[in-house]
Amino acid sequence: MNLKGRHLIDPNDFTLEELQQIIELGLKMYENPEKYSEVCKGKILGTLFYEPSTRTRLSFESAMLRMGGTVLGFSDANTSSVKKGESIADTIRCMDDYADILVMRHPREGAPLLASQFSTVPLINGGDGGHQHPTQTLTDLITIKYYKKDIKNLKVAFCGDLLFGRTVHSLLKTLSRFPGISFVLISPEELRIPYHLRDEIMNKHNVEIIEATSLEEHLCEIDILYMTRIQKERFFNEEDYVKLKDSYILSKGKLKDAKEDMLILHPLPRVNEISYDVDDDPRAKYFHQAALGVYVRMALMSTLLGVKGIC
Amino acid sequence: MLKVTGIEKGIVIDHITSGQGLKIFEKLNLHKLSTPVVLLMNVSSNKLGKKDIIKIQDYLDIDLTVLGLIDPNITINIVENNEIKEKRDIEIPEKVSGLFKCKNPRCITSVDDYAEAEFTLVPNGKIQYRCSYCEELTEYKL
Repeated sequence: MNLKGRHLIDPNDFTLEELQQIIELGLKMYENPEKYSEVCKGKILGTLFYEPSTRTRLSFESAMLRMGGTVLGFSDANTSSVKKGESIADTIRCMDDYADILVMRHPREGAPLLASQFSTVPLINGGDGGHQHPTQTLTDLITIKYYKKDIKNLKVAFCGDLLFGRTVHSLLKTLSRFPGISFVLISPEELRIPYHLRDEIMNKHNVEIIEATSLEEHLCEIDILYMTRIQKERFFNEEDYVKLKDSYILSKGKLKDAKEDMLILHPLPRVNEISYDVDDDPRAKYFHQAALGVYVRMALMSTLLGVKGIC
Repeated sequence: MLKVTGIEKGIVIDHITSGQGLKIFEKLNLHKLSTPVVLLMNVSSNKLGKKDIIKIQDYLDIDLTVLGLIDPNITINIVENNEIKEKRDIEIPEKVSGLFKCKNPRCITSVDDYAEAEFTLVPNGKIQYRCSYCEELTEYKL
C-alpha cells in the first residue's frame, strides 16, 4: 500500500483494499500502541478547524501525540486570519509549510476539496458541512471489523438525521462498496438521505434500501444500528429543528427484540437520541468506537506520511 | 414580408423554439460582439410552426455548449463562402462549468471565488448535474 502524499477528502478516494489495510494497521496499533509511539517523531500535524469539534480534533491530536509527533493549528475560525477575510487557498499555501500533514473541518461543503487543490502536503477532510466525514467512516469501519470480524453480509440501519448527517453519508457511501450489505434508513420524511446519494447507492452499487419512519419496526432484523443526532446547526430556522429534534429516542426497553450481537454505534456527540440507560447494554459500543477512532487516525496519518516499517 | 440576407461567413443557430431566441442571445453574451448579429423571432417553420433564428457574421470562438441544455432541437450551421460548410447536432453536454451555479447554499462555490464547480451530467433522464465540490444535483434551467 503506497498512500504516501495522498489526500483523503472523500471515502471513495481510497480503494476497498486501501481502506481495509488502514483498518488492519489501526487494529495493530490498538493492540500494541507502544510499538508505534515514536513513528511520527519530528512530524507536525496542522489542525484547521473552522467549525467546533471535540472528538475529531482531539482524536487527531491524540493520534499524532501517541506517535511522537506534535500539533499546531486553530480550533475556532474567529481566532485565525479567516476572521480578517483570508481565503482558504491563502491559508493552505502557508500552513503546508508549517506542517507535514493537515486536517480540516469546515462548515462549507467541498471546502476540503478546494483546500487540497492548494496543499503540497496530505490533507484530510475532518468533516465538511452536511457532506462527508471520511475519518468518522474509518472509525465506524474499524469498530465493525473489531466486533464483527468481517465487513460483509450485514444489515445496517441508520436512524435520525439522514439528510444533513455527514457521518451517515460517508458511511453509506463506503459500506455500499462492501459485499452483501443492505440498509434500513429510518428518519422523518423531512430528513431522508439526499437524492444524489440514494442514486449512487441504488444505481451504482445496486444495494437494497428499505426506508422507514419507525425505529421499532425493523429493530429485530438488523446487525448494526447507527444512531445520529438531529443537528441543530444544520437547520436554517429553529422551528423546523424543534419539530424534529425528538423524533427518535433509543431506550433500553426498545432493545428487547433486537439481536443479542447487534452493535449500537453513534458518531457522538449524543444529545437525547440514546437514553443513558442504554450505555450499560453490552450492545452499546459508541464509546469504544470513539476510542478506536484514535488508532485508525494514527494508521491513516502514518500511512499518508509514508512512515516506513509500520505495516 | 421581412427579409434578412444570408451571411457570407459565420454561424447560424436555427430551429430555436419560438420565444427562446432572446434568452439564448443573452446567455451567449452576443450583445458584447462587435460583429453583426441578427436575432429573428417568430419565423415560419415547417418543422416547428414558428421558430427563432440567430445569425452571427464571422466565425467566432463562442462556447455553444449551453445550447444543448436549452433545446435539443436546435441546429447549428457553419457558413463559409455563402454556403453551409458544416451542420452540427446539439447534444446535452456531459461536463459543464461556468454556465450556472450550484444550487446548494452550503456549497463552498457559493462563497469562494477560487472554487469553480465542474458539473457532471447524471444519467437519470433529467438534465441534472452533480457538483464536483458538494455532489448536490442542480437542474439546469435557462
